[in-house]
Amino acid sequence: MLFGILVGCFYAAVSVGLSVAFGLLDVPHVAHPALMVLGSYCTYLLGRYGWDPIVAGIALMPLFFLLGVAIYRFYYETFEKRGSDAGVRGLAFFFGLAFIVEVGLILVFGVDQRMVEADYIGKSLSLGGYRIPWRLLVAFGVALLLTAGLTLYLSRTFTGRAIKAVAQDEPALRLMGVNPVRIKQWAFGIATAVTALAGAMLIIVGPVEPSLDRVYIGRTFCVVVLAGLGSMTGTLFAGLILGVSESIVLTLFGASWAPAVAFGLLLVVLGIRPQGLFGR
Amino acid sequence: MKFWIGVALAVALAAGLALSGTNEYFFYAGYVVLQFVVLATAWNILGGYAGYVNFGTAAFFGIGAYTAVVLFKAAGAPLGVQILAAACASGLLGFGTGLLTLRLRGIFFSIATVAVIFIMQTAIVNWRYVGGATGVQLLRPPAMPPFDSYTRMLFVVMAIMAVAGVCIARYIEVSWIGRGLRAIRDSEEAAECSGVPTLKLKLFACTVSGALMGAAGAPLPMYMSFLEPASSFDLNYSVSALAMPMIGGTSHWLGPVIGAILLGSVQQIVTVTISNEINVLVVGVLLVVFVVAAPDGVLGLLRRLKWFRRSSG
Repeated sequence: MLFGILVGCFYAAVSVGLSVAFGLLDVPHVAHPALMVLGSYCTYLLGRYGWDPIVAGIALMPLFFLLGVAIYRFYYETFEKRGSDAGVRGLAFFFGLAFIVEVGLILVFGVDQRMVEADYIGKSLSLGGYRIPWRLLVAFGVALLLTAGLTLYLSRTFTGRAIKAVAQDEPALRLMGVNPVRIKQWAFGIATAVTALAGAMLIIVGPVEPSLDRVYIGRTFCVVVLAGLGSMTGTLFAGLILGVSESIVLTLFGASWAPAVAFGLLLVVLGIRPQGLFGR
Repeated sequence: MKFWIGVALAVALAAGLALSGTNEYFFYAGYVVLQFVVLATAWNILGGYAGYVNFGTAAFFGIGAYTAVVLFKAAGAPLGVQILAAACASGLLGFGTGLLTLRLRGIFFSIATVAVIFIMQTAIVNWRYVGGATGVQLLRPPAMPPFDSYTRMLFVVMAIMAVAGVCIARYIEVSWIGRGLRAIRDSEEAAECSGVPTLKLKLFACTVSGALMGAAGAPLPMYMSFLEPASSFDLNYSVSALAMPMIGGTSHWLGPVIGAILLGSVQQIVTVTISNEINVLVVGVLLVVFVVAAPDGVLGLLRRLKWFRRSSG
C-alpha cells in the first residue's frame, strides 16, 4: 500500500509533462515516454562521469527544453499550420518519432538494462517493520516537488496563466496581444524539460531498457486521462490511484498481471468517464 | 473488369511461382511481405478511409495467431478453419474495442488500441494452455499435395488472403460504406448531421479491419512452428501496418499495397543484410519523412507527376 503511494507519486511526476503537452496543448504526444527514456539514458551517461542522477536530470532540463521547442516548432510548421487532417498525420508523426528514439537508443546502448549509482540507491529505510527503499523515497520527494512546482507555475506566473489560457481560448489570447504559438512552444519546451527530470527519476527507481517506453505509454496516458485533461492536482491523484491499484494487483495476482493494470484502467476510464475524474 | 483481371493474374502468378522451383527463401520472405499487404490493407479500412488511427494492429494479429494455436492444439483443426476462426475472434475484438472507444475523439481511440495490445498480451502470458510467456512449439502437418513444401503452401494461402483483403477494401471504398467513412474523416459532425450512421459505419470498419488482421495472423504459428506472446504482440507490427498505407497513400486501395510491397521488401532486405533494429529504424524514419514531406504518399506523388506532365505538355 505504502509502496503503491510512493510509486503513484512517481507515476504522477512522469505524467505531468504529458498533462501539459496533451492535456493543455492538445498535441497527441505519443512520443512522451520515449523522450523520458531518452532522458534516463542521458542521465546514465552523465552518471558515468560521476554526476548524481538528480543533478544530471536538472542539468539536462535546459537541453530538453530546447529539444521540446524544436519538436513543437516542427510539428506546428508541418501539421498545425496546414490544418487539414492534422490529427492522423500528427499521431503517425509522433508514433514514428517514438520508434526512432527507441531504436536509436538500442543502436547506441544495446538492449541491456542500465542503471545508475548513487548513495541512496540500494539502501533502505526501516520504519516500524517496513523496509522502504531510499530510491523510491527520493523519487517520491522529487516527484512531489516537481508537480507542486508546475502547479504553482501554471497558476501564479504570467506565462503559466497564458499557457492555461491558450488551452481554453486561443483567439481570445491573440486578441490580448499574445502570440499563442510562442506560448505553446514555451509550454511544450517546459513539458519536455520536465520529462528530462522524470527520466532521471525513472532510472533511479529501477533499471532502464530502450523498450521501456511502451509500457509507459499506458501508464502516462492512463494518469493523464484519469486526471482529466490538463488538471495538475488531478494528475497527482490519478497517479496515486494507478500506483495503489498496481501494487494491489501485484500482491494479489503476481507480477505477470501488472502491466495490464494501467491499460485496463485506461480502457475503463475511456469507456465510462472519458472526461476523467477532475475533468472540466 | 481490369481490376478482376489483375486479381486473377496475381493469384495465378503466386500459385505458378509456388509450383515452379525457385529459391525456397523467396517464399519465406514473400510470405512476410504478403502478410503486410493484408495488415496494411486492413489498417487502411479504418485508418485511411475513416481517419481513426489504430495502433493496435499487433493485438488483432496476435489474437488471430493464438486463436489458430488453440484450435490446432484442441482439435487439430485444418488451416482454413483456423483462419476463419481467427478472423471471427479478431473481428469480435475489433467490435468490442470499437464499441468501447469509437465514440471518443481520434487520439483516445488510438491510445485505447495500444491498451488492447498490452491487455491481450498479458492475458496470453498468463494462460498456461498456450504456453504462457515461454511460448508454444507446434508440429507442422505435412504439406497438401500440389505443393512440395509447407512454406510454399502458406505463401499461396497468404497471397489469396492478400487478394481477398484488397477486394474487400476496394468494395468498401467504392460502395456507400466508403463514402460514409470518408465523410466521417472529413467532418464527423457534418456527416452525422447529414444522416450518415457514423457509429454503425465506424463499428463496421473496425470489425472488418480487425477480422482481416486476425486472418493475417492465423497462419503465423504454422509458418514459424513456434509462437510466443512477446513477438506476436510486438508493437513493430502496429507501426509497420500504419507506416505502409501512409507511405503508399491512404485514399486508394492501391496505396497500402504499394506501401506494403515497397516497405516490406526493404524490410526483408535490411533485416537480412544489416540487422533487425535498423529495419525498425527504417520504418520509423520513412514514416516521419513521408508524413512530413509527402502527405498523400507515393500515390500522391504519382498523381502530382501526372498532373504536372499534363499541364506542361
